[in-house]
Amino acid sequence: MSDDLFGTEEHRIFRQTVRKFVQEELAPRAREFDKMGRIDKSLYPKMGKLGMLGIRYDPKYGGAGLDYSFSAILFEELAYCDNAGVAMGITVHTDMATPALHQFGSEELKQQFLVPAIKGELVAALGVTEPGAGSDVAGIKTRAVRDGDDWVINGSKIFITNAAVADFICLLCVTDPDARYNGYSMIIVPTDSKGFSYTLIDKIGNKGSDTGELVFEDVRVPRWYTIGEEGRGFQQQMIQFQDERLVAAVMAPAGAKRLFDITKEYCENRVAFGKPLSKMQVTRHKFADMLTRITAARELAYHCVRKRMRGEDATLEISMAKLFSTEVARFVADTCVQLHGGYGYCTEYAAARAFVDTRLLSIGGGTDEIMKQIVAKMIGL
Amino acid sequence: MGAREYFSESHEIFRQSVRRFVAEKITPNIEQWEEAGGFPRELYLEAARQGWLGLGFPEEYGGTPGDIFHSIVLTEELIRAGSLGLPASLLSHGIALPPIVTFGSEELKRRFVPGVLSGERICALGITEPNAGSDVANLQTRAVRDGDWYVVNGAKMFITSGVRADFITAAVRTGGPGYGGISLLVIETDTPGFSARNLKKMGWWCSDTAEIFFDDCKVPASNLVGEENQGFGYIMSNFQAERLSLAVMCVAAAQVAFEETIRHVKTREAFGRPLVASQVVRHKLVDMATKIDAAREYTYRVADLFQSGVNCVKQVSMAKNVAVECCDFVADEAVQLHGGMGYMRGTVVERIYRDCRVMGIGGGTNEIMKEIISKLILA
Repeated sequence: MSDDLFGTEEHRIFRQTVRKFVQEELAPRAREFDKMGRIDKSLYPKMGKLGMLGIRYDPKYGGAGLDYSFSAILFEELAYCDNAGVAMGITVHTDMATPALHQFGSEELKQQFLVPAIKGELVAALGVTEPGAGSDVAGIKTRAVRDGDDWVINGSKIFITNAAVADFICLLCVTDPDARYNGYSMIIVPTDSKGFSYTLIDKIGNKGSDTGELVFEDVRVPRWYTIGEEGRGFQQQMIQFQDERLVAAVMAPAGAKRLFDITKEYCENRVAFGKPLSKMQVTRHKFADMLTRITAARELAYHCVRKRMRGEDATLEISMAKLFSTEVARFVADTCVQLHGGYGYCTEYAAARAFVDTRLLSIGGGTDEIMKQIVAKMIGL
Repeated sequence: MGAREYFSESHEIFRQSVRRFVAEKITPNIEQWEEAGGFPRELYLEAARQGWLGLGFPEEYGGTPGDIFHSIVLTEELIRAGSLGLPASLLSHGIALPPIVTFGSEELKRRFVPGVLSGERICALGITEPNAGSDVANLQTRAVRDGDWYVVNGAKMFITSGVRADFITAAVRTGGPGYGGISLLVIETDTPGFSARNLKKMGWWCSDTAEIFFDDCKVPASNLVGEENQGFGYIMSNFQAERLSLAVMCVAAAQVAFEETIRHVKTREAFGRPLVASQVVRHKLVDMATKIDAAREYTYRVADLFQSGVNCVKQVSMAKNVAVECCDFVADEAVQLHGGMGYMRGTVVERIYRDCRVMGIGGGTNEIMKEIISKLILA
C-alpha cells in the first residue's frame, strides 16, 4: 500500500528499526509510563542513536537528511507504542518544538541546542499557549524585555507537553507590544534557568505525558538565544504549526487502525446471543464504517505528506487533514468502546484509554474550530 | 425548570431542600470523593434522614411517600454536584430493592428492606457477568439447591456498589439454559466464598464498581426472590425503572454541563471579545439547549406514562437513547468550548464527559435499546 510513499528498501528498513524500538522499549512499559506520568527520559539517547530524532534535519547537525515520508513512518509506528501521551511527548520534541530552530535558528544556536536535541541528549518543549490565550495565539502576554545582551522574561504558559522532562523550551514571547504581529519573538529558554518553574497538571487522558503550567519570573537568557529574527516569532510559529498538525493527521489514523484491529479480534471472540459479535450485521457495518473513514483519513494525510515532500505549502490540506483525522480517531474510539461493552469503560482496555486520549486531538495543536477558521479563510470566504 | 403539569408545590419544596443539602454537603466535597474513589458511608445515613432513600418505597418498610417526579427531582438535584457516579452508588438500592419489594416474600422484605432504607445497609444489583452483558438470558452463575440452601458458584461483572454492598440481589441460573432457568437470589456479602474486586474505570470514580466471585456460597433457600426460574421476567420489569432513571441522569448531567459552559463562554475572551460573542459558539449553545429541552420533555412524558401504569417499554427504550445521545453531545461540546481547561482534571465538564460515556452501555446498551424498539415496531 502507498508504494509511492514508502516503497524503497530504505523505508522498509527504517520502519523495521522504529517498530523494533517501539515494540521492545516503549510498548512493554506503556502502563509504567502512565504511572510515572512521563516517558523514561533515558530512552531519548537511544532514539537519537536510531536516527528517530532528526529525520528531516541537515546531516551537518546530526540529522538524517530524509524527507517527510520517513517522518510519517515514525508517527505511524509510534501510534503502536500503546501510550498516546508518550507518542505525543516524542513528537513534540521532533516535530513541534524544533522545526523552527532548524529552519530559522543561527548556526551557533543550532550547535548549542539542535545538535544535542537530535542526539537525544537534550529534550525540547514548545511554549505557546497561556492561561488567557489558547487558540488566540496573538493574545499571549508572556513578555521578554531587552536588557543589554539579555532577554528578561516574565509570564506563564499552560498545557505544555514535556514540562517535566524538557531541557529547553522554544518559547513564544511578546517583545514589542506595539508592533502587533511583528511584535513576537521565539526564544530558547533552558529549563535550568533561574526563575523558571513548573507545576504538572492532571488530565483526563494522555496519562503518559507530562503536561505542565510553566512560570517565568525574571528569567534571563542571552539575546542570541532568539530563534530567527526578533519580531518574526508569530510567523515562524505559524509555519512550525504545520509540522505539528501533520503529526496528528498521520498518527491519528494509524492509532485508529490499531484500535480497530484490537476490537476486531475482540468481536470475533466475544459471543452474545449465541454467536460472535462479529457475525451480527450491526457490528459488521460498524467495522465497515470505521475502516472506510480510517482509510480516507490516512489518504488525506498522505496527500499532505506528498505535498510537503515536494516542498509545497499544504496549510489548507493539513488543516483539513487534522480536522478530519481527529474526527475519525474519536469516532473509532467511541465505536470501539461501545463494541467492548462494559470492558470498554474499564481503564485497562485500549478502547477506554483511546476514548479519553483522542479527545485531546480536537483541542491540542489548534482546535477543530481553528482548523475550520483557517480552511474558511483559505478558500476565500 | 419543572413543567407545571408534572411538578406540584410538594415537588418544588422537595427540590429546594435537596438543592440546599447538595450545595452545602456534597458539592464542596465531590472533587475529593471523586479522587478518593468513594464517598463516606455516612452519606447513606444522611440520605436516609433526608428521606431520599425511602422515596417511593412502602412506608411499612421505612419508605417515604413520593411519586416518580420526586425521584426525578432528587436525581436532578444530586447531579448538580457534577458527578454521575455519586447518585449511581448512593441510589444503587433503586435497582436492587424493587424486585424484593415487588416479588419477594413478606419475610424477605422484613429482613432486607428496612436496613437499606434507613441507610445502614448497602445493596447492589448483580446481573451482568464477564461473558454475559447485554445477553442476560445467557448468564452462567449457577445456584444448586441443596436442602434448605442454594450453593452458588460463578462471577458477576461491573456491579455498581458491589464492593461496599452488604447484600446483592443476584441473578443466578437455577434451571436449564436460556431465560427460563434464571432466578433472583439475595446473597449477603459476608457469606463464606464471596469476594469482590474493585474495577478501575474511565469515569464514575466515586462509585465503586466490582467484579464479584461466588465460590460455593451457601445461601438460605428463603432468600429466593419470588418464584424459582421466574427471574428473567423480574429483571426485565426492573430494567424499565432503571432505564428511565438513567435517562433522567443524562438530561440532568447535560443541563449541568450546559450551565457550566454558559458561565465559561461569557467570561473567557479570545480574539478580543468574549467567546459568547462568536456566532459559532452561540449556535453550539443553541444546539445544546435544544437537545436538552427535547430530551427532558420526552423523558418527563415517558415518566408520566410509566407512572400511569401503561406499558411503555418502547418509549422507555427510546427515551434512554435520546437522553444518552443528548448527554454525549452536550458533554462533548462543553469540553470543546472549555478548550484546554476542558481536558484538565478538576473541571466539571471534564468529569461529566467521562461519566456520561457509560450511560449508553449500562442498563442496556444503545444497541439493545434499538433491538427492543425494532422488535416492538416491526412485529
